[in-house]
Amino acid sequence: MLQADLTIILPEIVLSVYAMLALLGAVYTGKDALAPMLTWATAGVFVLLAAWIGTSGEGIRPAFGGMFIDDGFARFAKVTLLLSAAAVLVMSQDYLSRRGLLRFEFPLLIALAVVGMMMMVSAGDLMALYMGLELQSLALYVVAAIRRDSAKSTEAGLKYFVLGALSSGLLLYGASLTYGFAGTTLFSGIVQTATEGHVSLGLLFGLVLIACGLAFKVSAVPFHMWTPDVYEGSPTPVTAFFATAPKVAAMALFARVLHDAFGGAVGDWQQVIAFLSLLSMFLGAVAAIGQTNIKRLMAYSSIAHMGYALMGLAAGTAFGVQALLIYMAIYVTMNVGTFAFILSMERDGQPVTDIRSLNMYSKKEPAKALAVLILMFSLAGVPPLVGFFGKLYVLRAAYEGGLAWLAVAGVVASVIGAFYYLRIVFYMYFGEETDDALDGGQSAILSGFLMVSAAIMLLGVVNLFGIEGAAAAAAATLVN
Amino acid sequence: MDNLLSIVTFLPALAALILAVFLRGGDEAADRNAKWLALFATGATFLISLFILFQFNPADTGFQMVEEGAWLLGLKYKMGVDGISVLFVLLTTFMMPLTIAASWGVKARVKEYMIAFLLLETLMLGVFMALDLVLFYVFFEAGLIPMFLIIGIWGGKERIYASFKFFLYTFLGSVLMLVAMVAMFAEAGTTDIPTLMTHQFSSAGFSVLGIHVVGGMQTLMFLAFFASFAVKMPMWPVHTWLPDAHVQAPTAGSVVLAAILLKMGGYGFLRFSLPMFPVGADVLTPLVLWMSAIAIVYTSLVALVQEDMKKLIAYSSVAHMGYVTMGIFAANQQGVDGAIFQMLSHGFISGALFLCVGVIYDRMHTRDIDAYGGLVNRMPSYALIFMFFTMANVGLPGTSGFVGEFLTLMGVFQVNTWVAVVATSGVILSASYALWLYRRVVMGDLIKESLRSISDMTRREKWIFAPLVTMTLLLGVYPSLVTDIIGPSVEALVSNYDTALAASSDAVQVASH
Repeated sequence: MLQADLTIILPEIVLSVYAMLALLGAVYTGKDALAPMLTWATAGVFVLLAAWIGTSGEGIRPAFGGMFIDDGFARFAKVTLLLSAAAVLVMSQDYLSRRGLLRFEFPLLIALAVVGMMMMVSAGDLMALYMGLELQSLALYVVAAIRRDSAKSTEAGLKYFVLGALSSGLLLYGASLTYGFAGTTLFSGIVQTATEGHVSLGLLFGLVLIACGLAFKVSAVPFHMWTPDVYEGSPTPVTAFFATAPKVAAMALFARVLHDAFGGAVGDWQQVIAFLSLLSMFLGAVAAIGQTNIKRLMAYSSIAHMGYALMGLAAGTAFGVQALLIYMAIYVTMNVGTFAFILSMERDGQPVTDIRSLNMYSKKEPAKALAVLILMFSLAGVPPLVGFFGKLYVLRAAYEGGLAWLAVAGVVASVIGAFYYLRIVFYMYFGEETDDALDGGQSAILSGFLMVSAAIMLLGVVNLFGIEGAAAAAAATLVN
Repeated sequence: MDNLLSIVTFLPALAALILAVFLRGGDEAADRNAKWLALFATGATFLISLFILFQFNPADTGFQMVEEGAWLLGLKYKMGVDGISVLFVLLTTFMMPLTIAASWGVKARVKEYMIAFLLLETLMLGVFMALDLVLFYVFFEAGLIPMFLIIGIWGGKERIYASFKFFLYTFLGSVLMLVAMVAMFAEAGTTDIPTLMTHQFSSAGFSVLGIHVVGGMQTLMFLAFFASFAVKMPMWPVHTWLPDAHVQAPTAGSVVLAAILLKMGGYGFLRFSLPMFPVGADVLTPLVLWMSAIAIVYTSLVALVQEDMKKLIAYSSVAHMGYVTMGIFAANQQGVDGAIFQMLSHGFISGALFLCVGVIYDRMHTRDIDAYGGLVNRMPSYALIFMFFTMANVGLPGTSGFVGEFLTLMGVFQVNTWVAVVATSGVILSASYALWLYRRVVMGDLIKESLRSISDMTRREKWIFAPLVTMTLLLGVYPSLVTDIIGPSVEALVSNYDTALAASSDAVQVASH
């Protein structure tokens, strides 16, 4: 029995053992000198695990009495977050080492955060949920503050920690209420307490508090306040990481909790999620207009994108979950490309985050400017780029889930949001030529990620590289 | 040639790809190669598209040369043409080589310029051929990207304001259409346009926020599509992006905008609004007719006071598009025939007028009417051609402009006499602003010092106008060329519309008994 359970969580065990061994090894031997090697090794382990998880495992396999669930949904989310984490690690190496920030703890903390995320998406129990979430969060608090001599980075770490602790507290309180009223922490037990599509009042409180805690993790409005500051203050590679893998994990966990534990009471949470979605889309669209710092701008952009992803979740159907997964996969791909570009933005070797410095970038670097143009239009959701199909999916899910008003609000917000993506295009293509242009692209890796991401956005119009089928199968295992 | 339509659609995109990948360097030779390749590609596209016309059977009112393939999300890649769309395809392929030839003088970023126009051609052709809702939307919206760049990069002084206004205005219009498409997908279970044209969407009235919606879902969907097409058309009062975009766009951009992009709105009304939401269209017909009548009179009056030539022609475009919407929503054979005819003819005439402005703008770098006068003394052939298209714009019998206006007015007269009366006054107004413009720019003595050395049209410029003059005259004296092709399809459209209306009013009567 135990052996069967251990087989199921073998990928998580492999990753944790790797992280701990590498930590010990590095401490006793070369320390920071090993950091580049460890970065590549960790990224390699991520990719191998993604390949392993993606090709193995069938059906729904609960472990440890249902505390841990390995199903198609978890596998889809794990592959997405492992690949994006690997991409961000590879991208960040050059940036960090040139600024003396590449400590050997960095890749290992990321690895531990990823273990936490894998736990989160597979959680089948409130305790497992909390463990995974905290493992992830603790690692992330540290990497946010990894630039110890920078006031902004430490501030970002502290802000993230304090607000994160508050949200964890909310979530924990919600979990205890849920336990109190349901008599079990297992999702499969909680879901049976719903009668006639509703849960008892006490459970409803538990549900709302858990939703608040999770909304903080996906940075949905009104729990988004930390996002712009943490995005701006953290070193750019860390920001890139925040914007990708943890968002996938938290969103998948959100879907897991709502469907596995509260799937019998869709009507009870649909309005809450729809409300979060509505506010996120509009705040993300409006607040980004005034930003000139591209990292803050991307923070608001990610808030808006989480709003669209939540729209799929709010539908409360299997199709909605499929739309959510597809949206998150597309979102992560776009963000990896965009952050590859932001990481390469520098002048005289110093990182630049002001979008005005992009003035006439298209003259200097036509190919990269074109790639960024494609990514910006894709983020704005303009066809024929893949970002549009993500929006189409969630709109359809919302409409079929009876939320036509949310779909209308979503498209209106997307028009408002289009403005600030267009503004970046405007600087790159329409501006006046200035002397203080950005340095040319030094890093082939960053250019490669940017180009590949843009190419995916363009070529995905043919068939979205087949992720539709995978996402549909994944959603079917979660909602039945 | 099973995939003739796809070949025509994607040939310009292929040329754009070749330009983007293989053309290196920014010297004059590279620029010249880019121009020639673009001209060659658009010319070849036009020649191949003639085969569409040869293969087309006007008697068949269904879709022809249909291509179909699976696509994502259960959508289809489906292309086809019928009597309504085939001539728009040809209009597009016909205008594009002329547009490229007219941009021979472009100096800045020639390669990117040509790529943008080639991609734009692919997207415009796709709009007229797509037979899947979402495919249509993809082509329809994607066209905004190259046009945004064309206005923003190669435009005039206020180009940034104009390009953002253009993009956001039209984007806002069409996202509502997207929601309506999602709703149609959910209700009918398909995005196949031919199937949807026969699908009866619910027209039972219901209340939204306490307001009773006559015609129910159909009216709401009609309004969502209307928001998109009315902005694109553009109809009064959502036309304000057009003068800005036209004035700031480079000459070729204005030509494409006036000759082809505006036609997408009218095409959309014919392809979606009338066949799919007959009840919704019927409910809102009086509103649309009056909006058209107001557009004709109001924008003609606004055109009278313009001091910028391009702006004047832009407002005249809005007025002429008023005839189109009026004809479409008259929903009878003459009206719809006239509307399509007017769109084609306006494509040639307004395109030519913008080219006329481009000719003197290239020489003097100003579009102020006051900066000109007495051009006839130095530019006799220009004066002749400008005169010809001014007359065509006014709707002189013998030019194609007359046929379209006459047919639409005749169509609408049968439906709503008062609208016809108001709209007809626009004919007089259009004569006043067009002729006044001509008098101020071309006639009189050449007293302006700066114009003393202005030269007449070059051979290249004359060759660009030759096909446009031919088409305008040909369609003016022999309109059957067009009406024979569109006639049967329009007849089917109108009779389906009437049948659907009769059926739904029967249903309403049965329900009320």
